[in-house]
Amino acid sequence: MRGILLVARRDFAAYVNTIWGWLIIAVALFLDGVLFHALALTSTAQYSADVLSKFFFNSGGVALGVGVVVTMRLFAEERQTGTMVLLESSPLSDRQLVLGKYLSAMMFMTLLHALTAYMPAMIFVNGKVGIEQIAVGYLGILLMSSAGVAIGTWASSVSRNQILAAVLGGMLVLLFVLCHWLAKVSDAPFKELFANMAFYAKQFAPFEDGRVNTENVFYFLSVTFAFLTLATQALTARRWE
Amino acid sequence: MITVEGLTHYYGERRAVEGLSFTIAANEIVGFLGLNGAGKSTTLKVLAGLVIPTAGTVTVNGTDLVAANAEFRSQIGYLPEDPPLYREMTVSEFLLYVGQLKGRSAAEVQAELPKVLETCQLAHVQHRVIQELSHGYRKRVGIAQAIIHRPQLVILDEPISGLDPKQIVEMRQVVRALGKQCTVLISSHILAEISETCDRILVLNGGRIVAQGQESDLAAAAHTAGTRITLQVRADRALVEGALRSVSGVQKWDAVEEPGGLLKVHVAMDSDQRESLVAALVTAGVGVRRVVEDESELESIFLGLTQGASA
Repeated sequence: MRGILLVARRDFAAYVNTIWGWLIIAVALFLDGVLFHALALTSTAQYSADVLSKFFFNSGGVALGVGVVVTMRLFAEERQTGTMVLLESSPLSDRQLVLGKYLSAMMFMTLLHALTAYMPAMIFVNGKVGIEQIAVGYLGILLMSSAGVAIGTWASSVSRNQILAAVLGGMLVLLFVLCHWLAKVSDAPFKELFANMAFYAKQFAPFEDGRVNTENVFYFLSVTFAFLTLATQALTARRWE
Repeated sequence: MITVEGLTHYYGERRAVEGLSFTIAANEIVGFLGLNGAGKSTTLKVLAGLVIPTAGTVTVNGTDLVAANAEFRSQIGYLPEDPPLYREMTVSEFLLYVGQLKGRSAAEVQAELPKVLETCQLAHVQHRVIQELSHGYRKRVGIAQAIIHRPQLVILDEPISGLDPKQIVEMRQVVRALGKQCTVLISSHILAEISETCDRILVLNGGRIVAQGQESDLAAAAHTAGTRITLQVRADRALVEGALRSVSGVQKWDAVEEPGGLLKVHVAMDSDQRESLVAALVTAGVGVRRVVEDESELESIFLGLTQGASA
């Protein structure tokens, strides 16, 4: 655990001690704010719960995009700058390296989500929402972010440069987001498979409304576990090449 | 003690190294020579724990590379040709991080830090951001990260490439200081540097060790027997060549004109025929100004070994 935290702390510091990390946060907050104003705070009367749902819907999308940008550097940048050898020649296992990197990205995502909290708080000014819905919404965003970050971590682990990692990670995340469209144009058994894989339409939607379903939690954790395992295998395979 | 036995590695169908066996004693500074593609980089990567070999065993003080990979890696310090540095960190922060990454506690690394900074002559820049340092200092930080966890074996790949003459001299001091603390394996294309700093040399060619030992041992192995001399004479080229042809045992020569009507003549003989040669030259009317026996240099030894092995 000490090794995982060591890697996570350094990588997190690399995000927040450079302009790069704060630039990502600024752009993400700007997008979140614009979308919140344009799509959630409409001129027509709405229930506060609906406004909150729309906020989580928008924020979830931004989080997935940010996840791709944040994770593209995890391993690909280390390869580009030649520092990967420090990690690979250390006594840390490949799993520890992957978990450390993943944790650093999740720490960054958590910081970003914490900074969006002023938007749900604003709903209290003219409306009334339950703290539970806010908590569940953020839980959903964190779980979906976790899955997105894991996909990005894998993409970075198999890519020689950051652009390739971003493209690969972005395409996979997009695939998971657009799965419900694929479901509409597919026949059984893929129709059901794609429908169940859909990040937004199927798995994240209940969280937006303040509902926690075990199957949704399990799904996001499964995707996270699967892609982190693949990333670990990708690192190990390089030692045996 | 580092022991390598039957080390073999293939990249797909391509053989990189085969049947490599050697040992390195504690506190020995060993030079690792080989032409590009000889298998040097692969061997260094295996020794650094970055690559698992196809076959063979590598142990450091009895710790096996494959059976105890994590423990093995904690005993190795590795400096690649381009030092792996997090440039946004200060020298001290970076070394503290790497020391812990290599398995030491923060307290242990803090205790070791002053000694490492002194060995690598970095104390006065320890609070500076690595990005701001010159190439020479970055190399030193690279060495410092390789020794901060007190490894048994330190592998330095081209440690002086890109350094200016002053930095090269300072780097030699650093390497010699390292040799008192741990075993050092240096890979370099600059043969004079290997000759200057290493106790022993391993020569790799075609994925195999073709010679090992001190420079004098390698000279014998390279079959550089015979005598090579350099003459400085004042005479016509044809006169000199006529005299050289008359001496049995002279295998080949070449002559270069020098200012003042002088000739510099390199002569290779199958045995030491210097007296006969000078007598023949003087008899022919050649003015002999100087006769010097060539010392066998590492470059020629290295070429002799690698060409001989590949022939």
